[in-house]
Amino acid sequence: MTGSELISLDAAELARRIHAREVSSVEVTRAHLERIEAVDGPAESGVHAFLHIDADGALAAAEAADRAIAEGTPASPLAGVPIALKDNLTTTDMPTTCASRILEGWRPPYDATVVARLRAAGLVPLGKTNLDEFAMGSSTENSAFGPSRNPWDLTRIPGGSGGGSSSAVAAGEAPLALGSDTGGSIRQPGAVTGTVGVKPTYGTVSRYGLVAFSSSLDQIGPCARSVLDAALLHEVIGGQDKNDQTSVGAPLPPVVEAAEAGARGDLAGVRIGVVTQFSGEGYQPGVLAAFTDAVRLLGELGAEVVEVSCPSFAYALPAYYLIAPSEASSNLARFDAMRYGLRVGDDGERASDEVMSLTREAGFGAEVKRRIMIGTHALSAGSYDALYGKAQKARTLIVRDFTAAFETCDVLISPTTPTTAFAIGERVDDPLAMYLADLCTIPSNLAGNAALSVPCGRSADDGLPVGLQVMAPALADDRAYRVAAAYEVARASVDTAPRIPELRALETSR
Amino acid sequence: MSDITRDDVAHLARLARLAVSDAELDLFSGQIDAIVDTVSKVGEIPDDVPPTAQVVPQTNVLRPDETEPSLPRDVALAGAPAAEEGRFRVPRILGEEL
Repeated sequence: MTGSELISLDAAELARRIHAREVSSVEVTRAHLERIEAVDGPAESGVHAFLHIDADGALAAAEAADRAIAEGTPASPLAGVPIALKDNLTTTDMPTTCASRILEGWRPPYDATVVARLRAAGLVPLGKTNLDEFAMGSSTENSAFGPSRNPWDLTRIPGGSGGGSSSAVAAGEAPLALGSDTGGSIRQPGAVTGTVGVKPTYGTVSRYGLVAFSSSLDQIGPCARSVLDAALLHEVIGGQDKNDQTSVGAPLPPVVEAAEAGARGDLAGVRIGVVTQFSGEGYQPGVLAAFTDAVRLLGELGAEVVEVSCPSFAYALPAYYLIAPSEASSNLARFDAMRYGLRVGDDGERASDEVMSLTREAGFGAEVKRRIMIGTHALSAGSYDALYGKAQKARTLIVRDFTAAFETCDVLISPTTPTTAFAIGERVDDPLAMYLADLCTIPSNLAGNAALSVPCGRSADDGLPVGLQVMAPALADDRAYRVAAAYEVARASVDTAPRIPELRALETSR
Repeated sequence: MSDITRDDVAHLARLARLAVSDAELDLFSGQIDAIVDTVSKVGEIPDDVPPTAQVVPQTNVLRPDETEPSLPRDVALAGAPAAEEGRFRVPRILGEEL
């Protein structure tokens, strides 16, 4: 088994081989570290998925997993499988920067709950992945440390904010990754890199140790190359946590079972709603064609496909860009230059609020500043009712649209994002154009329900990956997994694209 | 347009403790005006719609008040920009004139 074979295998298959002792976790980990070494750098032209790589730590964790397996006591079904972590999740043994200068080099004193659960389950953390600063963006171009690149076309964005995790998984640098999804930051990167990205129901995966951006919307979830792999990871990280007050006590939906059931390819009796608002102007023809093809395939699998109208989804994007900045302006007030992170201008003369202002000016990038100021505006006495208050009302209307749609449909579907990966630099000067990338993903954050993106073939106009979004009611994540797994199998039979891009030019240039 | 002026943005920056530059004020005032103009679409929503602040139907999450280990002092201070005598060292909090 060569390294290039190992990096193209799904996590479930890697786990099977590791647990059968056909290959060791150390060999698998080393293959991924070699792939990272070959394609991730240099930062100016490589995939640049990672901000930090911990080769020694990963190999030590892999050795421990191999020992447990040799003793017949693997910690979990995914023990020994490598994973990449978005760099807004706290880790005691690696820096956590949120791709911001204000946290450059910061070593958190505790592990995020999801990180602690991964470690306990014997997974092997490889390193920390790039993101838009504090997860604010749709392309990773807001990273203070330079953008990640789409492995299918290195001149294009890998999505955002979790473009480091999506590009790592797409490039074969890691079989699994964790992301966080506030407005689409797991699903949109999944769509544009041809990978699976899941935003679980709000409150079903602990946010403890996720550096807060917008607390009522943030949700950690899995990134993978198959629906089953995402489900296996989902079950490792999910479940109630006493350290997160918003964590729900309900049992985690049986997502692995649902993915396995879906893979049998029978969707008879399933009612699927196509959201009519998510098409038309602004949607790339190749994306719409791929989506139409998906609708046909789902019908062939036995599902009944109907159209549903969710008129209030028109308020989702405006409401999101009020609620998320408002919560961010409050959450990011903690970066005050006192207890951790950067401090600028502390000359013994300046008062603390002056030091705080200089530090935040030097430490935050443009998009973070814009959002903090918009949030400050939306929450100010003169604007609160007209902006923040109305955004909270919009949220009610969106929840009502979902409730009505789920009365007649088991799941809803749409393209995950209106276009394929756009060119690096194309939208950086136009924040509003950038925000449109989240058009279809935001409603599920505002309503808190489950949603995922599964690869939906290639766009005929540019050959780049397209994503199919499947939305399910809150606490019914299993429905989305079942439909996505069935679709994945059906599409695989007609798909000719390679699983992992060659990236040979990069490998030979080194 | 939403009429966010350059002076408004300077005021917001002061409230948000951001020592923005003149060049940034020029850039941000146009962008923030355009963004606020777009998001003001929520103004169409009738006033009688109730607000939704959070989507998890939970109230009063309580747990037993049990002692748990807390961060050791040296660990808590390890990431501090400045520490002295086992404490965070911070700039003065009052202005010269007081």
